[in-house]
Amino acid sequence: MSVIQVENIRKRFGSLEVLKGVSMSVEAGEVVALIGRSGSGKSTLLRCLNGLEMIDEGAIAIAGHRMSYNAAELRALRRDVGIVFQGYNLFPHLTAGENIMLAPVQVKRLSKSEARIEAQRCLDLVGLGDRFDSYPDMLSGGQQQRVAIARSLAMQPVVMLFDEVTSALDPELTEEVLAAIEDLAAQGMTMILVTHEMRFARRVADRTIYMRDGIIHEQGPSDSLFAEPQTSELRSFLKAELGQ
Amino acid sequence: MEYNFQFGVLANYLPEFFGGLGLTLFLSFAGIFGGLGLGIACAIISVRGPLFPRAVVRIYVEIMRNTPMLVQIFVIFFGLPSLGVRLSPFTSVLVAIVLNNGGYIAEIVRAGIESIHPSQIEAAESLGLTRGQTMRFVILPPALERVMTPIISQSVLLMLATSLVSAVGVEDLTGVAMIASSETFRTMEIYLVIAVIYICLNFIFRILLNAVGLIVFKRSRQRFLGRV
Ligand SMILES: Nc1ncnc2c1ncn2[C@@H]1O[C@H](COP(=O)(O)OP(=O)(O)OP(=O)(O)O)[C@@H](O)[C@H]1O
Ligand SMILES: [Mg+2]
Repeated sequence: MSVIQVENIRKRFGSLEVLKGVSMSVEAGEVVALIGRSGSGKSTLLRCLNGLEMIDEGAIAIAGHRMSYNAAELRALRRDVGIVFQGYNLFPHLTAGENIMLAPVQVKRLSKSEARIEAQRCLDLVGLGDRFDSYPDMLSGGQQQRVAIARSLAMQPVVMLFDEVTSALDPELTEEVLAAIEDLAAQGMTMILVTHEMRFARRVADRTIYMRDGIIHEQGPSDSLFAEPQTSELRSFLKAELGQ
Repeated sequence: MEYNFQFGVLANYLPEFFGGLGLTLFLSFAGIFGGLGLGIACAIISVRGPLFPRAVVRIYVEIMRNTPMLVQIFVIFFGLPSLGVRLSPFTSVLVAIVLNNGGYIAEIVRAGIESIHPSQIEAAESLGLTRGQTMRFVILPPALERVMTPIISQSVLLMLATSLVSAVGVEDLTGVAMIASSETFRTMEIYLVIAVIYICLNFIFRILLNAVGLIVFKRSRQRFLGRV
């Protein structure tokens, strides 16, 4: 059964059409990497999947919800769809633990003590069990990003979306964040990863989708897509990305 | 130019001065915290509210910030009765002070709210928080923390401005001083003492309000404790 079903969606910003008819489906437990040049619409696609952007045409079903822009229905959808951004977006006035506890307490109505246990469990998962009381500005970028991942996980989402979560990080810090994501993949989480880490995509993603100019230009099982790209555009994209 | 300072006569007015001081403190605190509540509410409406309430708030804020507080007091005390609303001098000045401070605080807090990056809101809404919860838990706390210093400055200015209430016969610190000086003619002595008291109040208010800020904002508190 597919957890994500996207049917021919289109998205315009004014006169600029950014998504020009994208269809895809993602099965439970599948890990999909989304690659493509800057401006090809990867972030926009991801943001459409949790309703941060409103689509102009097409249909989205995700984690058992039909995409709706009714506030309550959208909130219900978002409870089941975790998203992590490039910029972490931790709440600066809350400690790591409080960042994670906020949504379980306010949205899921967990008690403080239940939420605390859950937050601690999620911090342990990303290897930050001892940083519960640290404020974001006391953490490195990699640690902040792992807290952001833990914050999403605490809502026990059905799907996780990652948008270039390592591109603001140094190579060493990138590794620790990728390791946390790889652990999640190993546990069977359904995920879409927008990434510029081609080797990581190839290793972790079951399937890779190459986007170009707002459409899916080529896709396939990661191994064969990276080994034998079919289109010349993907070949030159991969050459440029891997050549660096 | 020989002036013989005589502070002795002031002793006779001690009870009145304490009464006046109490009134000044009461009006200041009511104005500061009443205005803070009103100002925060107005700030939220002016960034998030529907068009009509937003316009009403805008007009209110502009009026408060662009007219002298003395005129505001006069309008409420002398003007409203012609519309059939008759308030005691004390109630009039209380209303005027809260409304005036609310207007200033609304502008300060609005700037604080607008300084919060939209990505914070996206993060909160992506976690399933409602707009109200996002405002309450994600936007307001860091926004208020960021504008704590201007809020405190405005609060101290308001405390000083409460002296204007004496113009409609309310016997705050300044009001008592006016009475005492007209009865004793020791004008210089009286106002010097009053000035010193206002300076002391100024310091006390700053310390007190900073302490309140440190109690309310945990992160500021930890930073402060880290420094000392
Ligand atoms: N809110 C917006 N308003 C107007 N244009 C936008 C908006 N968001 C994105 N765009 C435009 O949409 C296009 C696709 O942007 P998007 O962020 O989806 O690309 P991307 O594939 O994620 O690129 P990158 O790899 O640089 O993150 C770009 O041309 C961008 O300028
Ligand atoms: Mg992007």
